Amino acid sequence: MSFGPRPWQQLHWDERAAANFILGGTGAGLLVAWAVSAAVTPVWQAYLLAGMASIGLGLGAVWLEIGRKLRAINVFFHPQTSWMTREAMVAVLLFGSGLAALAFGLRALGFVAALLALGFVYCQGRILHASKGIPAWREPSVTAFIVTTGLAEGAGAFLAASAVAGSAHRAGLAFFALAAVARVLAWSRYRARLEHGASRRALEVLDPAGRMLVQLGTIVPLVLAVAGLAFSEFAAPAGIFAGLLALGTGWALKFVLVTRAAFNQGFSLPKLPVRGSR
Amino acid sequence: MTRWAMVADLRRCVGCQTCTAACKHTNATPPEVQWRRVLDMEVGEYPEVQRVFVPVGCMHCADPPCMHVCPSTATKQRADGIVTIDYDLCIGCAYCAVACPYQARYKTDAPSFAYGEGPIQSEAARFDDGRIGVATKCTFCSDRVDAGLEQGLTPGIDPQATPACVNSCIAKALHFGDAEDPASNVSQLLAENQFFRMHEELGTDPGFYYLWDKKAEGAA
Repeated sequence: MSFGPRPWQQLHWDERAAANFILGGTGAGLLVAWAVSAAVTPVWQAYLLAGMASIGLGLGAVWLEIGRKLRAINVFFHPQTSWMTREAMVAVLLFGSGLAALAFGLRALGFVAALLALGFVYCQGRILHASKGIPAWREPSVTAFIVTTGLAEGAGAFLAASAVAGSAHRAGLAFFALAAVARVLAWSRYRARLEHGASRRALEVLDPAGRMLVQLGTIVPLVLAVAGLAFSEFAAPAGIFAGLLALGTGWALKFVLVTRAAFNQGFSLPKLPVRGSR
Repeated sequence: MTRWAMVADLRRCVGCQTCTAACKHTNATPPEVQWRRVLDMEVGEYPEVQRVFVPVGCMHCADPPCMHVCPSTATKQRADGIVTIDYDLCIGCAYCAVACPYQARYKTDAPSFAYGEGPIQSEAARFDDGRIGVATKCTFCSDRVDAGLEQGLTPGIDPQATPACVNSCIAKALHFGDAEDPASNVSQLLAENQFFRMHEELGTDPGFYYLWDKKAEGAA
């Protein structure tokens, strides 16, 4: 039995925290998408720089949210159990290897950065999973969703950017399709497992964003991608739209997940007092 | 070993909020920050409605999620089970606040006072800038507990060594003591009564017990 104050939306993490999940995931996905198709990607430095900039902006946004900004260095103190510390440490390694890759023109270090980006977005998923106070976050399958949507968003950004640059290729398209399908599967699993765990109000705000992700963020982009393959004259606009749709719907869902669907579980009384018994 | 624990007798609590006031007075918490709250719950549907008053706050869990997620190690756990926050280490990321299943943590980003922008005399005297922008919560009045122990007093029995909320309770609904000591006041209450802990299914092992009925005759 659960009684008492209804669950309410947490207000500790707002749009700034959401920006970290949004930009961090996309930046990490972009680095991975570049690494997957690096062999056929010219101007690789631009993608590496864009991915790192996105992650950096996300971390900058969440830095604006903390109460004691000048103590931010303390975030590194608890790698034993804190996924936030681990996220920060991975970010340092990622920026180190990425910047070294750019400075010395070493693509191999760029691949290291991409691998670390995968670790970075995994940490972000675990950050949500470790938040026991929020039923919609603590569901274990949230990690797979956060990782796959980061990859799909990054792949979308990569596809759109390469289409604009006229350098789109099948490797990027294949990764995009794979990431989009993986994301929709992870979302379906996550949403199904939330059915009995999350507050009804959380599901009410998640579902419209989820439908957008499935329809506008997966089905339409995949159709556009196939159309682009079939009709080469439409390949560039199709790639741009497909990529942006996958990107935007992922951002929208993560924004909702952090700022609108993060209801706590309130308080519950498994037993009621039997008055007069003492 | 000692594990300090709180026991709330739901049959006795009358929802007077004296514990809340005593906590605010003792700890000088700003407006809207209540380390000890009393929920006023209305349960059931007409005509079978019951009103229940439920004291809540930090449960000083044995396995506190807030401590595990804290990136700065500001949140720690003492050997006696009390979960603490080092205000000088905390970065105010509020990760602990979203990890706490009991909504026990607060973060005040700017000074706030009871009457407008300026503090009244007592607020000015007790204002602590170290608590701005960091996480705060119930401490089980650990300073009182520690000072009392140094004087050879027994927390939960001697008022000078007992949390303010427990001292102030007009209905003797709140109790504090060592749950590991079978002879302690709280152990006796737990032995004589049926109890539950909030959100026990999460595995946090809270140190806050709610009594709801006496034990049946002959029950272990």
